[in-house]
Amino acid sequence: MADYEAVIGLETHIQLNTVSKIFCGCKTDSWQDPPNTNICPVCTGLPGALPALNQVVVEKAVLLAAAVHAEQIRPRSYFARKNYFYPDLPKGYQISQYDEPLARGGFFDLPLSGGQLRRVTIPKLHVEEDAGKTLHRGDRRLIDFNRCGVPLVEMVTGPDLRSADEVAQYLIRLRQLLRWLGISDADMERGQLRCDANVSIRLAGQDRLNLKTEIKNVNSITNVRDAVQAEIERQIREVEAGRPIETWTLDWDEERQALSKMRAKETESDYRYFREPDLLPIVLDSEWQARILQALPELPLERRRRFIEQYSLPDYDAEILTEERSLSEYFEQAVGSFSGEPKTVSNWLMNDVLRLIRERGTAAGALQLTPGHLARIIEMVSSRQITASTGKDLLEQVETSGRAPEDLVKEQDLAQLSDEASLRELARGVLQSNPQQVDLYRGGKTTLLGWFVGQLMRETGGQADPQRARQVLQDLLDM
Amino acid sequence: MNQALCDLPAHRIVAGVKRGDFSAAEVLESTLARIEAVEGRPPGLGGEPANGIGVQAFISLTPERARAQAQAVDRALSRGEDPGPLAGVPLAVKDIFCLAGTPSTAGSRILHNFVAPYSATPAARLEGAGAVTVGKTNLDEFTFGSSNESSAFQPSPRNPWDPKRVPGGSSGGSAAALAAGMAALSLGTDTAGSIRQPAAFCGVVGLKPTYGRVSRYGLIAFASSIDCPGPMARNVTDAALMLGCIAGPDAFDATSAQLPVPDYAAGLEGDLRGLRIGLSPDYARLKFPDPASGELREQPIAAEAQAAVEQAAQALAAAGAEIIQGVPMPNTQYGVPAYFVISRVEAASNLHRYDGVKYGYRFDGEVADLLELYRKSRGRGFGPQPKLRILMGMYVSGAQYEKRYYERALRVRTLIRQDFQRAFDPAGAHRVDCLLTATTPSPAFELGAVYGDSVLMQYADLLTVPADHAGVPAISLPAGLDRSGMPLGLQLQGPDFSEALLLRVGRSFELATAEESWRSVRPPILAGVSHG
Repeated sequence: MADYEAVIGLETHIQLNTVSKIFCGCKTDSWQDPPNTNICPVCTGLPGALPALNQVVVEKAVLLAAAVHAEQIRPRSYFARKNYFYPDLPKGYQISQYDEPLARGGFFDLPLSGGQLRRVTIPKLHVEEDAGKTLHRGDRRLIDFNRCGVPLVEMVTGPDLRSADEVAQYLIRLRQLLRWLGISDADMERGQLRCDANVSIRLAGQDRLNLKTEIKNVNSITNVRDAVQAEIERQIREVEAGRPIETWTLDWDEERQALSKMRAKETESDYRYFREPDLLPIVLDSEWQARILQALPELPLERRRRFIEQYSLPDYDAEILTEERSLSEYFEQAVGSFSGEPKTVSNWLMNDVLRLIRERGTAAGALQLTPGHLARIIEMVSSRQITASTGKDLLEQVETSGRAPEDLVKEQDLAQLSDEASLRELARGVLQSNPQQVDLYRGGKTTLLGWFVGQLMRETGGQADPQRARQVLQDLLDM
Repeated sequence: MNQALCDLPAHRIVAGVKRGDFSAAEVLESTLARIEAVEGRPPGLGGEPANGIGVQAFISLTPERARAQAQAVDRALSRGEDPGPLAGVPLAVKDIFCLAGTPSTAGSRILHNFVAPYSATPAARLEGAGAVTVGKTNLDEFTFGSSNESSAFQPSPRNPWDPKRVPGGSSGGSAAALAAGMAALSLGTDTAGSIRQPAAFCGVVGLKPTYGRVSRYGLIAFASSIDCPGPMARNVTDAALMLGCIAGPDAFDATSAQLPVPDYAAGLEGDLRGLRIGLSPDYARLKFPDPASGELREQPIAAEAQAAVEQAAQALAAAGAEIIQGVPMPNTQYGVPAYFVISRVEAASNLHRYDGVKYGYRFDGEVADLLELYRKSRGRGFGPQPKLRILMGMYVSGAQYEKRYYERALRVRTLIRQDFQRAFDPAGAHRVDCLLTATTPSPAFELGAVYGDSVLMQYADLLTVPADHAGVPAISLPAGLDRSGMPLGLQLQGPDFSEALLLRVGRSFELATAEESWRSVRPPILAGVSHG
C-alpha cells in the first residue's frame, strides 16, 4: 500500500465566558437552567429588537487573537449578516463577521512528541452570536433559545494538521490556552468548545490538496480523534479501491463509533452576506487595544520553557505545572516563599497538592492552603521539625481549616519526637509487649526490624523520625 | 371659532391641561368622540366600513390604555406633580412600532395576532412624557408603499380631504388621523418619504430627523440603515415639542447618535436673517420610467407644486432669508433606483424572522415538513409587497449579483450624500443652510390609480428619498391647497442634526402664511362633525 498523509483543518467555535450575551443583557451561562429562561426580545429576535454590542466580547476575542500571534488585530472590523433559515436561528440570520473580521494571520505552535513543533496557521478569527439549541424528542423538535446570543469566536486553522493525534493535541492545547486566558471554560461536552474537522488525504510528499470531507457534531476530544482516524482510514480504503473521495458532510455516531453521511455537499450555500446595518463597526483604537493587552499573560509554552530554564525543572514537571495557569502561578509563589530547591516544591505540588486540588474540584488559586502555607510546611519537613507524613496531614488540615500550619503544629503538638530518651522509652515498651518477636529477631530473623519500626511509629502517632526510630530499636535489640 | 378639544394643537392641550382649563380625560373623550364620528373602520383584518366614508386610519384602538393614561395625568396634576411635556396629548402610534400589550402588526397578516411584549423606545418616551395613546394607525404592509393600499388591514385609510384619494404612505393612517382630529400627534417612520409624503398629502407637518437622532429600538425594521422614526403633527410647534421627547441616545440602539438634544421648541421664534435657503432645479423636474414603455421620461413636477415652492421662497425671503437659486443636486435622479436595491436587500433579510413558528400567523393545515410549514406560512402570511421585496432583495444580494447591484447602489448613496455636503459646505459655492423643495411631485392620487405598479408607486418618493439616502433631516410643511382642494407640501432639507433650524424656518413660514385663507379650511370629511 502506498504511503498516505492526512491533511486536516479545523473550524472551532469557542463560547466566551462573558457574564452577559453578545448583544443583550441576558445571562450567558444557562448550564442547568430550564430552557427559554435566559431570553429577551433581542436574543429571540422579536420584531423591532436591535443588537447592542457587549464590549467585553471584543476584549476577550482580542486576547485570543494576540495569543495566537495574529498579524493583524484590525483597528476596524465589521459585523455582517449571514442569512439562512433554521428553527433555532430566530432572526433568520446570524450576526457574524465576514469580509472584515476582527483578526487575521495568526498561528499556534503545537508541541509534538519528540520535541518538534507543528505550526498551525490561523488565517482568520472573528466574533459572532451563537444560535439556539434544537432538541429532538421523538418526531418533535424543541427549541431552547437560551443559547441564542452567547458570544462565540470562530477560529479556523489552515490545512496544517497531519494526523488524528495532532488534531487531539491541538484541541487539548487550545482548551488549555482558552482556560489560561480566562476567556472560555472550553468544555467540549458542554458545547463551549466545538469543532468541525475537514479531512483529506494525499500521497506522502505531495503538496496538493485533495477533495475533503467535513466531520460535524463531535462533542469530545476523544471522539474527534476517533472520528478523524476513522475518516482517514476510510479515505485510504476508498482510494486504494480506486474510488473517488466526494465532498460529504459526515456525522459521528458515538455509540456505534462510526461515521454516517449527513449530506452530499454539492454547492456552497449562498448566505447573502451584507454589512449588519444595526451595528457600528468595531473600532479598536490603539489605546483600547493596549488596555486589553495589559491583561495578556505569559503563555503556557513560554512559561513551560522558562520553568525548565529558571527553576531547573525536568520537562515532565514543567509540563504538569504549566497545564493550568493557576497551578503555574501557585508554583511560582510557593517557590518564592521557599528557601530550598524549586524541584522540592514541584514534588510536593505534583504528588500531594494536585491530588488535593482534584479531590476538592477546585483550582490551585482557590485553595485555602496558600502557596505560603505550602512553603512553610515544606520548610518544616526539610528542617525535620515535623515528619513528612505530618507534613502531608497538615496539607489537608490547613486546606480544611484555613489556619497557619505552624499554629496547627504547636496546638496539636505535632513537632517531631526526636527527643532520644522518650523515643527509647517507647521503644522499650514495644519490645516488652512483644517478647516472642524479640526472641525471633535475636535468633537471627533480623528482617523483623521493619516490623518493630512500624510498631514504634504507631506508638508515636507517626511523629517519630523513622530513621531515628530504626536506630533506637536496633540499638536495643542488638544489646 | 370654538374648537373641539381634539382639534387643539398639542402644545395648547398641554398648557390647558396643566393650567386646569380642562382635564386630560376631557381631551381624550373629545378625541374618542371624534374617532367614533369619522373613523368608521371595524377592527380586524377585513370588512367594509360602517358608513362607507370613514377615514379608516386605525388598525387597533386602545381606549382603555388611553383612559388609564389620561387618568394618570390628571391624578399627577391633582397631586401637584408634573405629568410631563406631553401631558394629556392624544397620540396615535404607527403600527410599525411595538407597544407593550398592543397588537403590533406592521399592517401584515403575518403579524396580525402578534401582541408586543415590549415598547419601542420612542413610543415609551412619548407615553412617559404624558401622551395618551388612542390607537395604532394603519400603514402599507411593513411600510412597503406610498398609499396605504397594501395594508393587510382593509379597508385602507382614506384621505380626509377626499375619501376617493389615498392618504399617502406609508405613515398614511397617522397623517389621516391627525388631519381628522383623531390624534394631536403621531409617531411615524420614514424610509423613503413615509413621514413627509403622507404629511404633504394630508396637509400636516412631518419631520424625518437625522438618521440616529431617534432610536429605532422597537421599530419593526424595513431597511435598517435608512429607517427613521419621527414626529407628525398639525403644526411646527407640536412637531418640535414631540421631537424633543423622542430624540436622544438609546443604549438599545447602537446606531443612535450620542449627541445631546437641543430644546427644539425654545428656538422656534428666531428670525431668518442671515440664512441662505437654496432652490435646486433638480427637484423641479423628474426622471422616471414611463409606465407604458418603461423608458426613462423627464417631466416637470406639477405646476401648482412648483408654484407653492416659489411662493414659499418669496415668503421666506420677506422674513429675512436669502434665496439661493440653482443649487445642483445632480444625483437626485438616482435616488429611487439605488433605494430600490438597498432597501430590498435589507428588507428581505429583515423579513427572514417571520417563519410562522415563533409568533404571528402560522398555516394551520397539514404540512409534510418544516420547509412546507415555512412556505405555507410565509406564502399566506405575506401580502404581495413583502413578497416582491423578498424576491428582489434575494436576487440582488445573491453572491453573483451583489457587486453589480448592491455595492453599486451603496456607491450611489455616497454620491447623493455628497450632493448635500456640497450644497451645505460653508466653504462651497452655494453655502446654503437648507434646501427648499416640493415634498411630492403631485398631490394625493386616487385609490387604485397607481397601486399595482410598484415601480411607479416608488416614484412618488422621488423628492423625499434623497434625504433618506443621505441621512440628513427633512421636514414637510403644509403649503396650501391646489385647485381641487388637495393639500400641497413643502420640503426643507438641512445638514445632519439641523432639525432645530428646519423647525425654525418651518415656524417662520407658518407665521408668514398665518392669515392665508387656506389655513382655515378644514378637511371635508369633518363637515358636519361637532366643532366642540
